[in-house]
Amino acid sequence: MQFVQLVISGIAQGCIYGLIALGFVLIYKATETVSFAQGELMMLGAFCGLACMTFLGFPFWLSVLSSIAAMAAFGVFLERLVIRPILGQPAFSVVMLTIGIGYVARGLITMIPGIGTDTHTLPVPYKDQVWKLGELVLNVEQMVVIASTAVLSGILYLVFSRSKVGLAMQASSQNQLAAYYMGIPVKRLNGLVWGLASAVAAIAGLLLAPITFVHANMGFIGLKAFPAAVVGGFGSLPGAIVGGLVIGIVESLSGFYLPDGIKDVAAYVVVLIMLMVKPNGLFGDKLRKKV
Amino acid sequence: MRFIFKTDYAQDLRLAKHGGHVFWYSLLLVALLAAPFIVSEYWLAQVTFILIYSIVGLGLMLLAGFTGLFSLGHAAFLGVGAYTQAVLTNMGVPFPIALVCAGGLSAAVGIVVGLPALRVKGIYLGMATLSFGFIVEEIFARWEKVTGGNAGIHIKAPDLFGFKADTGNSFYWLCLVITVASTFVIMNLLRSPTGRAFVAIRDSEVSAQSMGINLARYKSMSFAISAGLAGIGGALYAHKLQFISPDQFSILQSIDLLLMVVVGGVGSIHGAFFGAIFLITMPQLIAGVKDYLPAIIGQAPGLQGFVYGAVLIAFVLFEPLGLYGRWLKVRTYLQLFPFYRAGMFKRQKSFQKSDRLK
Repeated sequence: MQFVQLVISGIAQGCIYGLIALGFVLIYKATETVSFAQGELMMLGAFCGLACMTFLGFPFWLSVLSSIAAMAAFGVFLERLVIRPILGQPAFSVVMLTIGIGYVARGLITMIPGIGTDTHTLPVPYKDQVWKLGELVLNVEQMVVIASTAVLSGILYLVFSRSKVGLAMQASSQNQLAAYYMGIPVKRLNGLVWGLASAVAAIAGLLLAPITFVHANMGFIGLKAFPAAVVGGFGSLPGAIVGGLVIGIVESLSGFYLPDGIKDVAAYVVVLIMLMVKPNGLFGDKLRKKV
Repeated sequence: MRFIFKTDYAQDLRLAKHGGHVFWYSLLLVALLAAPFIVSEYWLAQVTFILIYSIVGLGLMLLAGFTGLFSLGHAAFLGVGAYTQAVLTNMGVPFPIALVCAGGLSAAVGIVVGLPALRVKGIYLGMATLSFGFIVEEIFARWEKVTGGNAGIHIKAPDLFGFKADTGNSFYWLCLVITVASTFVIMNLLRSPTGRAFVAIRDSEVSAQSMGINLARYKSMSFAISAGLAGIGGALYAHKLQFISPDQFSILQSIDLLLMVVVGGVGSIHGAFFGAIFLITMPQLIAGVKDYLPAIIGQAPGLQGFVYGAVLIAFVLFEPLGLYGRWLKVRTYLQLFPFYRAGMFKRQKSFQKSDRLK
């Protein structure tokens, strides 16, 4: 029973990793750049939700929707402002740039007087409720995380495989130049992808907030979502979720069965092993390089 | 304007390209040697930190700027060097031997970390080094018998076979000697076939390979040298601070080191030094400006992070060649005055080339 309990809490944690990793993968797939600011976007999303719920007094659903919309708009704005000017520069420039964005976001939030340095709880309606299923004690917060992740992955899957925008994104991720020649507005798509990634990050933030707290450094969890993305294969959307689940479950189990301290590095050990055994990840495509 | 009339291939290989180089760098060296008599004790300590960070920066520059392999876990090498030095010095090992061991152990660890680099590249390499950094930090915190855990460890003053470099001045000179030596090592390395091979790998792995460069060997070598320099820097860092704990070698330190290289100017030896100067003087500048800002901004705890991020963004957007690139532009402007054109250093824009489907 304990094992199942651990696995369930691992899955819930893994869903959060998976959602953040989803943001990385979206951006990586579409623009071939890696965003290190994803964790901070998530943090901003959580603060957005907090602001809506406590300071503006919006009802729960309205604040969820408005913070997701606000973050999506912010993502588009961010892409237009700083990412687009360096399109075509080496990938590492974007890495440094997004690290910079992360620093700025964290710095700005910390600078808000009275709020930035404190930890807050997000007042969600399902706070601290549990379901009892025989011997199992299910935390509603974790169940909500798992359910929302499942729904969100389904929606994203449909968008990418069915809708015109999704197909255009796939095309531009495979070959930007060819996509551009086919009349796909690559620049606008990149903006959309950043918006989408920020929205996903905001959802992750809102889901994580009831489990942990809302504070300026919660974005560091993004550093654990990288292993998730790598384990799943950096270019694969289902891979990101599966990678997140793998990392979450490994972490949860190793925290209980293995000595102290292993839990914190379990994700990184897994990713190092993965890189040595199967560098392309579980779902990564095997590609050979042509000259 | 200076014209260099080349009559010999050896001229291209010379470290000092013309008399101006010899003159100005000698002047700089004299000024640095005399620094303890000129500047105050506080600023001498800052200059010592600049020298230490320059050594680490040189290593990272070799890896990132000249071999094209970016490491997101370089603080781990710094830490390995620092802890090795601390443990050996406290056991009574003389400074030079401990320093060699610190550098050597770091280099060995670098080779181990470099192994995945032979299979993976780009972002995957970043992930591998990032993960490695986290694991090493955790080891520092958990291996309490040797490292003292989170409580940290104190380190004695360097002992050069009886001569103790325990004052600020003597330690400064020690750092200066090691910095100058490492700079010469890197400069010599870069004009040797090995260094040329590194640059070839950076520019195109496929072409390098077809020119007969053994990728595995040179990439491991680059990792080893880079990690070794970071280890030496870490050893000096430990001596300077006299106290080290695991949180000094976290991911934030790694990002600081990368920031140093990017702001200084990727792909130039000067960049490592400019970056180190930036990294050390920036907090001082912020502290100086703080008092003139309104209290709500000036006293906010996030100010430093915000400024760092903003500077990083500004450099990536407007000056990808870093401080050294800016200096080059200013120098060219002065040399060519009044014939400098705005487009001289214009960046080439290209459509994104995919890493995956190349």
